[in-house]
Amino acid sequence: MSAPTYDLGKLHGGLRLQAHKAESTAEPILQIPIPDQLILPITQHAGDPAQPIVGIGEHVLKGQLIAEVGGSLGAPVHASSSGTVVAIEPWPVSRRHGENAPCIVIECDGEDRPINAADAMPDWSTLLPGILLKKILKGGIVGLGGAVFPTAQKLMEAITCDPDYLILNGVECEPYISCDDMLMREYAHEVLGGARILLHALELDTCYIAVESDKPAALERLGEVLAALDDDRLVLKQVPTIYPSGGEDQLVQLVAGREVPSGGLPTDVGCLVQNVGTAAAIYHWVVRNEPLISRITTVTGDGVSRPVNVEARLGTTIADIIKYVGGYTEHAQQLIIGGPMTGKSVTSDRVPVVKATNCILVMSEAPTIGDEMPCIRCGDCAAVCPVQLLPQQLFWYACADDEAKMRSHGLIDCIECGCCDLVCPSHIPLTADFRTAKARIRELADEKARAERARRRFEARNMRIEKEQQERDDELASQKASARNAGADAIAEIMKRKQQQDEDQ
Amino acid sequence: MEFARREAPYIRPKIDVGSMMLQVLAALIPAALAHVWYFGPGFLFNLIIATAFCVGAETLMMRARGRDPMVALSDYSAIVTAALLAFALPSLTPWWVTATGALFAIVVAKHLYGGIGFNVFNPAMVGYVVILVAYPMEMNLWVAPRMGDIDYISLSVLQTIKYTLTGALPDALTFDAISRATPLDAMQSGLRNMRTYAEVRTNPMMGDFGGRGWEWIGNFFAFGGAWLLVKKIIRWQIPTGVLLGLLIPAGLFYIISPGANASPGFHLFSGATILCAFFIATDPVSAATSPKGRFIYGCGIGFLIFAIRKWGSFADGVAFAVLMMNMATPAIDYVTRPHIVGHSRRGDKP
Repeated sequence: MSAPTYDLGKLHGGLRLQAHKAESTAEPILQIPIPDQLILPITQHAGDPAQPIVGIGEHVLKGQLIAEVGGSLGAPVHASSSGTVVAIEPWPVSRRHGENAPCIVIECDGEDRPINAADAMPDWSTLLPGILLKKILKGGIVGLGGAVFPTAQKLMEAITCDPDYLILNGVECEPYISCDDMLMREYAHEVLGGARILLHALELDTCYIAVESDKPAALERLGEVLAALDDDRLVLKQVPTIYPSGGEDQLVQLVAGREVPSGGLPTDVGCLVQNVGTAAAIYHWVVRNEPLISRITTVTGDGVSRPVNVEARLGTTIADIIKYVGGYTEHAQQLIIGGPMTGKSVTSDRVPVVKATNCILVMSEAPTIGDEMPCIRCGDCAAVCPVQLLPQQLFWYACADDEAKMRSHGLIDCIECGCCDLVCPSHIPLTADFRTAKARIRELADEKARAERARRRFEARNMRIEKEQQERDDELASQKASARNAGADAIAEIMKRKQQQDEDQ
Repeated sequence: MEFARREAPYIRPKIDVGSMMLQVLAALIPAALAHVWYFGPGFLFNLIIATAFCVGAETLMMRARGRDPMVALSDYSAIVTAALLAFALPSLTPWWVTATGALFAIVVAKHLYGGIGFNVFNPAMVGYVVILVAYPMEMNLWVAPRMGDIDYISLSVLQTIKYTLTGALPDALTFDAISRATPLDAMQSGLRNMRTYAEVRTNPMMGDFGGRGWEWIGNFFAFGGAWLLVKKIIRWQIPTGVLLGLLIPAGLFYIISPGANASPGFHLFSGATILCAFFIATDPVSAATSPKGRFIYGCGIGFLIFAIRKWGSFADGVAFAVLMMNMATPAIDYVTRPHIVGHSRRGDKP
């Protein structure tokens, strides 16, 4: 095992933010008991919603499949505890668009009876990679770093690209969040075991485990387990504490020194990135047959009385968790699912913990810092942009709704990390503006596609009309011609018939 | 429990344009004190008049544009403009000259272009150039610095106020008696009259490197500028560009023909070189925006200062150099767009 090394890959810009991680890492991970009710959204992943396969009133066991993959991209959902399905209905959830989403509601019986494990899983190292991938697909495992992309599909896609490295992302650069830190401290064995399963499934022989330099305890623990494993395919890499070094593309740049092409994926440059939590989930599923039914999430901020990391069953509501850890303080004014830079603000604590919930941040309102002022072109936003965009120019083009310029200045490459927002002395909400502008670009592209379809339809219609006209003209001409050819008798015959028709009417 | 809905990011460090501008003003204080020490209290009156007219014009223009004047006034940028203008003026300047410059800076160069953030040209430099061209005589009344062995004639505070308000000197004094050519003037005309650099430097106005007094004010500007660099209010690219853009050609010419050219040290410590490098050229609004672009922008200003001093008809070229590079800013921004991560290195398209 090699000693952790500082990596010298280059990352432009970024910010050194106050970490606020010590608060929630003071005590070990707390287990949240079984709640009365579990709220399990059928969409906890990127892709198509899962299809429920249980009916209302049906009794389910812990780990039982309750919704299966519903489309080409997706992940199944399992019951997080035993109980009775009481409803399948819209429930408030945390997500960017819309407030409610369909959820399977389970009334827990408190017994937490697990489903009978299928035949004991044979040793994974003897399995063929293809069979291992199929197994992973069934575990409901998704990327736990926040993007919740179905892991099995990501792995299958990666295999076709023949990557060089697997990178385990234990960077966790966003302030307040410490769930991966605690995971690495307490489940280092599972994380590294997951890494070995992944290496086997992908037939790779290098895995970098990237951890930010401000997590000495996690680094030490991983180092110990690595030493015990004595597997020289696993290499621990320390990355500098700069936000957003844990962004997937940024991490590839830091660890492998490669730039992920615009609109592309890390696999395009031979890297596959997986969150450490995902690796641990894979280990639990493949070795212990436990599907993804719980996760570690950080409960923190000045709005909670006891900041701590908890392990909660998926579907436990935020309200239940906060109640268990000691309730809110008087500072609880905003509730954010995720970190303070990229998290999603929600209005109700009835939302459940889902596969994506890495942090429950309860904070006082940010003090008002003054109104939005005109941009003074100070360029600080460009200096901190990790993608090296020119936010001040993009802002200008976004205001002017200049689609071509927004595209050529790389708006779609914006990772919405929020760095530019934070340093703007004019208090321009750049990230929010860019989110809107991105939606606008998509809308304009749709509009263009619609206009193009309409144009094609219109042209087709014109051609059809023209063709019909032509056919009619031809018919008439041929009638005239045949009449002429038939001679005077025929014409007289036609005239007589016509006359008779007129009289009949 | 119910919560407020906000947009990410949810944390915000406290920084704003107003506090940046206040720090710029604070950084100018040492040089202002030095200016008063060497050239008398006239600077303070100029500063007061320029500030009054800049703030007044800003208020009226915001009203005329149907906006809340406090929004513009709270960023203190009008006061920074006034201060930079005051530093450019001779210590004895009649009030209407200062007022014309201040009004032009704020009304024409700033608000007619759309207010802060939209001005193409540096407002203080526009104001300065207007009065430099409109009032050449008044703009030439530079008194000798307070240095022991030169014929420093001090005007009392009252005499200074009287001149500022009426343009009349005390009875016993004439314009010629108190005004002195600035070191840059003396150098330019001396060299053009075929005197050597060493000869011109025997003038008692000359100090160790540049002009007496001037070089000390320059030191204090550099001190304030260094503080702004440390506080990250300004970044190194523009000051370095200005200084290199000036010193490299000055150095080359001095090496080739040390008799016929002023030394780089003289260029550095005379006139408004250091004020320009740290305080004028660094105005972000009218400068290029990318780091590389800013360096080029600074180099351009430095070189133009040198070119105007050497071949132009004005002794110091700071204001013209800045305004000319303001014009070049869009082109510089266009050619220095940084490489977007993940895009191919040759063109725009991925």
